Amino acid sequence: MRLRDRVAVVTGASGGIGRRIATALAQEGAAVVAHYWRSADAARALVAEIEAAGGRAHAVGGDLANPEEASAVVAAAAATFGQLDILVNNAGLARDGLVLRMSDDAWRAVLDANLSGAFFCIRAALRDFLRQRRGRIINITSTAGQVGNAGQANYVAAKAGLIGLTRAVAREVGSRGITVNAVAPGFIDAGMTGGLPEEIVARYMAQIPLGRAGSPEDVAAAVVFLASEEAAYITGQVLNVDGGMVMH
Amino acid sequence: MASVLDRVRSRVAHQLGVEEGSISPESSFVEDLGADSLDIVELVMALEDEFKIEIPDEQAEKIVTVGDAVKFIESHAKGAAQ
Repeated sequence: MRLRDRVAVVTGASGGIGRRIATALAQEGAAVVAHYWRSADAARALVAEIEAAGGRAHAVGGDLANPEEASAVVAAAAATFGQLDILVNNAGLARDGLVLRMSDDAWRAVLDANLSGAFFCIRAALRDFLRQRRGRIINITSTAGQVGNAGQANYVAAKAGLIGLTRAVAREVGSRGITVNAVAPGFIDAGMTGGLPEEIVARYMAQIPLGRAGSPEDVAAAVVFLASEEAAYITGQVLNVDGGMVMH
Repeated sequence: MASVLDRVRSRVAHQLGVEEGSISPESSFVEDLGADSLDIVELVMALEDEFKIEIPDEQAEKIVTVGDAVKFIESHAKGAAQ
């Protein structure tokens, strides 16, 4: 168990990737605060699953675009499990559309949920991390934030912003033993890609050297690594989990 | 009860890893005690916790020496000036 006695907050833990990140952290011994936005039932089921496997978990709801609610979600770690060691900013929202047809609201909602929410959680978590001179922040971005994607200007801007945020915070707090990294999933078999037409899926597959879609497990394994002691000397990086789709 | 100066000195020593004896009211956090910008932010947070006060950013910028911090705390903290 690589994360024994550690406490993690995973935002957006009720979704496909977030759920797997939460269970993977729990399997390595971490107590997990599983944040959800609307899917309270899914979050409670996740907690039950982790507890049934002998782990510790606690579900907490909140709108992370609201700074007070984001702080409360982060504070649930210390309130429930006595400390906070790992923050995984996974919560995300997509509202696709071409720029010319994208509403103000679709732009703002996606920036708020994906980028501002992560910032508010990081700001709240840093108090604990600075005090204990230890902490891990892992931001789930996307290959879309690296190479762009037509129809996702809001999502792409938010995910690219998350990479910049990762690097800025990594530089600010590196001297305190806190690492900040991002994981960039490519084409993953999970909620967000579920409804895509076959020809779009085929086009993605043609760009993936490893020849298959990724799984939530693939993403979770990278998160566990970055949260573990083995990754102590890695900060400010983006780890692509995309079957080689984007290389740089 | 320890004086405000003693409590500030103890916090500063702990935060910046310097000897308490080397800290005087005239000590400048940056010039004399080697604090960087993140040290200052952490110190402000530590003093806010210790004295149950809020130090707004525009006030924090004016706190240059240990004595400045003591003066601010004595004029703002409820149970501090005893």
